[in-house]
Amino acid sequence: MLVLLAAFASLGFGAVSIAPGRVAAALMGQGDWIARTIVIDLRVPRMVIGLLVGAMLGLAGAVLQGYLRNPLAEPSVLGASNAAALGAVAAIYFGLAEAHVVVLPLLAILGSLGSLLLLFALAGRSESSLTMILAGIAVSTLTGAGISLALNLSPNPFAAMEIMNWLLGSIENRSVEHIWIALPCIVIGIALLLVDGHALDALSLGDDAARSLGFDLRLTRLRILIGVAIGVGGAVAVSGAIGFIGLIVPHIVRPLTDRTPSAILLPSMIGGAALLTFADVLVRLMPTTNELKLGVVTAFLGVPVFLVHLLRERRLW
Amino acid sequence: MVMVSIENLSVALGQRTVVQNVTAELRPGALIGVVGPNGAGKSTLVRAMLGLVPRSGGRVLLDGRDVAGLSPRDIARSIAYLPQGQILHWPLAVERLVALGRLPHLAPMSGMSAADRDVVADALARVDAGHLAGRIATELSGGERARVMLARALAVGAPGLVVDEPLASLDPGHQIDVMELLAREARGGAMVVAVLHDLTMAARYCDRVLLLDKGAIVADGTPAQVLDADRLSATYGISAMIDLNGAAPLVVPLRRI
Repeated sequence: MLVLLAAFASLGFGAVSIAPGRVAAALMGQGDWIARTIVIDLRVPRMVIGLLVGAMLGLAGAVLQGYLRNPLAEPSVLGASNAAALGAVAAIYFGLAEAHVVVLPLLAILGSLGSLLLLFALAGRSESSLTMILAGIAVSTLTGAGISLALNLSPNPFAAMEIMNWLLGSIENRSVEHIWIALPCIVIGIALLLVDGHALDALSLGDDAARSLGFDLRLTRLRILIGVAIGVGGAVAVSGAIGFIGLIVPHIVRPLTDRTPSAILLPSMIGGAALLTFADVLVRLMPTTNELKLGVVTAFLGVPVFLVHLLRERRLW
Repeated sequence: MVMVSIENLSVALGQRTVVQNVTAELRPGALIGVVGPNGAGKSTLVRAMLGLVPRSGGRVLLDGRDVAGLSPRDIARSIAYLPQGQILHWPLAVERLVALGRLPHLAPMSGMSAADRDVVADALARVDAGHLAGRIATELSGGERARVMLARALAVGAPGLVVDEPLASLDPGHQIDVMELLAREARGGAMVVAVLHDLTMAARYCDRVLLLDKGAIVADGTPAQVLDADRLSATYGISAMIDLNGAAPLVVPLRRI
């Protein structure tokens, strides 16, 4: 329901106001060419990418919170989103991004896969979640430093601006090509992340108990890490670094379920898709001179969610 | 029915050998207690038995098949395990927590059947915790939580049960309840191994006691054969009042030697 509403809103609102009737007509392939161009070529890709990226980030956050048994986990704790961002920043910095529209996303995905290799090298054969978090922070910090370096050394203010813009995250002006880049990555990521629900449930009793319930945690970890690297890599590749969706969506949906990690997977996916698309509509409706960046809006949305959580916790104590 | 044969098992954690050359046949039908001082290797022994820690020598056979070659799921369906100081990371309802015991029987991404739900309710009833079903497990008292965690292990419905310090944080009444439950399980044909610290409880309810010290089995037999004054002073470094022949066996530590 929410997703459908968000999708319609995403099609309906924009810099140029188009009446709902003209939007519907344009979708059917009729109506005037201006409406058709705006809706089909601009708003539909933007909506599809919003839904895909939101679903991926929401699911990745839910899976990582369950796997690491840490309610503050999100895709960036393993360094995947930062590394993807570094790949993209490198593309802008070295001027490769101008060569072709797919160069930047491809480098972003390569960046996130590279972070995965680094993560495995650092974490070694250990199965403990703390080792994973420490290794993830190391990767995350390193790639963050790389991004800062690129900003620091950027040859001219325009390149720096472009990098900054991209780091703030946005899904405006996305084309069908972007969908084709993100879609396969996100489908693979979602498929890999959805199968381990039971293992995540068992992990709420700790590593030993989970293994004694019949789960091979090394396989679980492998699927989760590859799923996050490919899926989040694909998402960041087309949207830039959009934070907080993966962090807050599981917290919003958890109280509505029985709180087992597997129960929040699908709701987080749907919630992520809806929240990101709504945030994107909000971006377009804000009466600012420049269009606000999506990452800025999601970060502001994150604050009240955590305030509510804090208050609820304190009343419990 | 399930039977575990431990043959010359050794386990090293880091550089240290924690379990040395342990050999034992663990058969169903008798409650088996594993006792010994802190650091004797009791928990490591049972974890190695379940294939949860890599071994450095020897082998463990589960019904004649090497545990190292079995899938985790096969082991899980044969032996349920309650780790020491079981933790819970999310505030789940008690019923949901106990239901985690059914995971070894569920296909990936599927839910529980009505039969699974019956097993869960039955496990809760057996630890006298049926009334807690709707409570949040992280808000229970220590004793209630310990019983609910035991119910989680019982819900696996495996022919074998390994519990590591199931009596910790239980009051005397519930300690007796749990020991009677374990003895009943064993005499009903299950293979039950309990790591215990309370020697009186071990003497009173166990049919067989393994005494471990520095990773090796020092004695293996009935409580009366194993728990004598000399062994307790050599392993625990204590003197104790021991009366194993009365109707209610007693091992009461008196002082350090």
